[in-house]
Amino acid sequence: MTKKPWISLGGIGVFAVLLLAVAPLVLTDHWLNNLGKYCCWAIAAVGIGLAWGRGGMLVMGQGVFFALGAYSMAMHLTLETAGDRIPAFMVLYDPLAPLPAFWEPFRGAGFTLAAIVLLPVVVAGALGYALFKRRVKGAYFAILSQALAVALAVLISSTIRETGGDTGLSDFKYFFGFVLNDPANRQMVYLIAAGLLIVCLLAVWQFYRSRFGELLIATRDAEERVRFLGYDPANVKLVAFVVSALMASIGGALFVPIVGIITPAEIGAAASILMIAGVALGGRASLFGPALGAIAVGWGQSSLGSTWPDGWTYVLGLLFIVVILFLPNGLSSLPARFTGRARRTPVEQPTPAIAAAELEGVRS
Amino acid sequence: MSSTSKRLRKLVAAGATVTTAALALAGCGARAGDDTAGAGSSAAASCVDTSGDTIKLGFLNSLTGGMAISEKTVSNVLHMAADEINAGGGLLGKKIEYVQEDGATDWPTFAEKTEKLLTQDCVAAIFGGWTSSSRKAVKPVVEKLNGLFFYPVQYEGLESSPNIYYTGATTNQQIIPAMDFLASKGVKTLFLAGSDYVFPRTANAIIKLYAAKLGIKIVGEEYVPLDKDDWTSQVAKIAAAKPDFIFNTINGSSNVGFIKAYYDAGLTPAKTPIISVSIAEEEAPAMGHEVTGNYASWNYFQSLKTATNPKFIQSWKAYPKSSGVTSDPMEAAYISLYLYKALVEAAGSFDVNAVNAAAKKNTITFDAPEGKVTLDGENHHISKPGHIGRINADNQFDIVWASDKFIEPDPYLEGYDWFPADIRKQLTDAAG
Repeated sequence: MTKKPWISLGGIGVFAVLLLAVAPLVLTDHWLNNLGKYCCWAIAAVGIGLAWGRGGMLVMGQGVFFALGAYSMAMHLTLETAGDRIPAFMVLYDPLAPLPAFWEPFRGAGFTLAAIVLLPVVVAGALGYALFKRRVKGAYFAILSQALAVALAVLISSTIRETGGDTGLSDFKYFFGFVLNDPANRQMVYLIAAGLLIVCLLAVWQFYRSRFGELLIATRDAEERVRFLGYDPANVKLVAFVVSALMASIGGALFVPIVGIITPAEIGAAASILMIAGVALGGRASLFGPALGAIAVGWGQSSLGSTWPDGWTYVLGLLFIVVILFLPNGLSSLPARFTGRARRTPVEQPTPAIAAAELEGVRS
Repeated sequence: MSSTSKRLRKLVAAGATVTTAALALAGCGARAGDDTAGAGSSAAASCVDTSGDTIKLGFLNSLTGGMAISEKTVSNVLHMAADEINAGGGLLGKKIEYVQEDGATDWPTFAEKTEKLLTQDCVAAIFGGWTSSSRKAVKPVVEKLNGLFFYPVQYEGLESSPNIYYTGATTNQQIIPAMDFLASKGVKTLFLAGSDYVFPRTANAIIKLYAAKLGIKIVGEEYVPLDKDDWTSQVAKIAAAKPDFIFNTINGSSNVGFIKAYYDAGLTPAKTPIISVSIAEEEAPAMGHEVTGNYASWNYFQSLKTATNPKFIQSWKAYPKSSGVTSDPMEAAYISLYLYKALVEAAGSFDVNAVNAAAKKNTITFDAPEGKVTLDGENHHISKPGHIGRINADNQFDIVWASDKFIEPDPYLEGYDWFPADIRKQLTDAAG
């Protein structure tokens, strides 16, 4: 445990001031909107930090939960824009068929908000329960979660009339009654995203300080010993997994009004891996690492991808390799390295023996 | 654990506070139903700088990702057209200074870059896009910011926007001529094969309506995602259905897998020919197998004998970034920049509203490589000749059918009685 928790809390405070007060003053509308998008990825990244960095579960399919939030929100905004009519893209593919039944409840703002919160909890809860109780872990868990993201992306691509398919859902005019074209309203959506990122950081800070945080790290590093001590590691992992799914869903839900479009490409394998890449770059077990890493990757994509479209992916790949090789705890461990101080945080990389055990996967 | 749940409750409260605070801050923002809710009314004023001796234009093409193979050529031909126009004195006496952006075959990126080009780079107009998905991502952004977007690729129609000019074919200039050609050949059965996205789905919906009118039977319909290349099982269904013709609305590199499966299944152009709407001079050599004998429906072919085509081909072959051959989407991209030139000259201004007004008031024409095209100032599409070509051994197209005159653009198919009026109404209402 960090000896001085208020240092972290102060860090969150500084971060909050930067995001909520400084950024809206100094950034143009375009870059503020982009920052809002990075905040959405950062919210998902904070969850990945919790599940992967602290819990040791390599969640390679967070796109699934990102999609649950994003598509719930997108369906609501599409219906809000369409009013009493059937959404334009559905008329295009099959003019005579009615609105698909599962769209109907998303007309309600309350239902949509509840779905954004409850859908990931239910799905991750059921999935996590089935997997962790059977002691599925390591590479098997990673492959399974990744496969789910791929499957969902294919499902959405192939149900073009029900979900907009590869083209995705876009052209939203209103956000819960607010006109999305209005710069003041767009700033509001940004503030909601940035504010919720701060709330998520506070939540994991609280988690890390708590007894549960200790137990999560213990489970990551020596699951069998935790079991011998009388705890059920499955329950510990389940809570972390569900919370991380919830955060991904919230990130996805806010991505939609900010970016104005959601497509299967944003939730599939590549997108899920990009979320992981940001977390690994920033430092998966640190408090700020995942969020800062996600924001950095997003920024790199917007700015370097613009000036140097062919080179940017190579830069990201190279950076990823360098970090994995020389800074396994991410860029956020750099200051500690320079000061030469062995940080007594629970951030140490897993010992080879434990890593090997993790890869063994299903153990009886 | 009670202290933990108390803390959690505090966090939930914090989340609620953040949301309400943000909502309160936005108290001045427009609400649904406000009079100011109209499109573009609340958009910031244009930041285009027309004071200097240059004018900025944006080119937005996928330079990376799956569509790069096609869109890089469009980007290069836009650069060539800009160089030509600059050599001839520029736009309203100002040299074009272009900002090239990468859409990365990712639709949200298209939306983001459109906003960047309009609000950060302050370009006067944007040229590019290829897939209908990319256009549908750009459309809300240019409408919101009252920008201009010139789209150079044939598409499924049923769309129009005050902020988009379409220089590729709409349905009645490519799909309907292809169906007329099939009917003239006495085709009785047709199989539809397409990529699974908005263009093929919509095009096939229209094809089915027109086929019913023409008495052509649709014996099957198969889709494969845009990024998938394996067509084996779908082509087996085609082989079993034995259609007179295959209507191919597959886009991009997925065509390679389709043609491979077609030959592997023992299908031949002599017995089961394909008519494509996305295979042009650029793509034909890349198909891997001999595609000779199959057909394509386009407005422009490199083999067209018009007064202006030889010069276009020659300029392109001499251009440093040339791919050697010319094709329909390239030609449409070339048209788009010259059409913009004609528009700003008619308007005497780069202002979007002035340009749109000039389009309505004047007859804007351009001597394009496909012939003299005329802009319809109401629906922002251009007139085009319909052509069917058959691929020869040099991967060029022999023209086997041509429309008797230039076809006026009719994106909502208002001149076609077989297109149900209630669907048209639903679509225009939804676009509304």
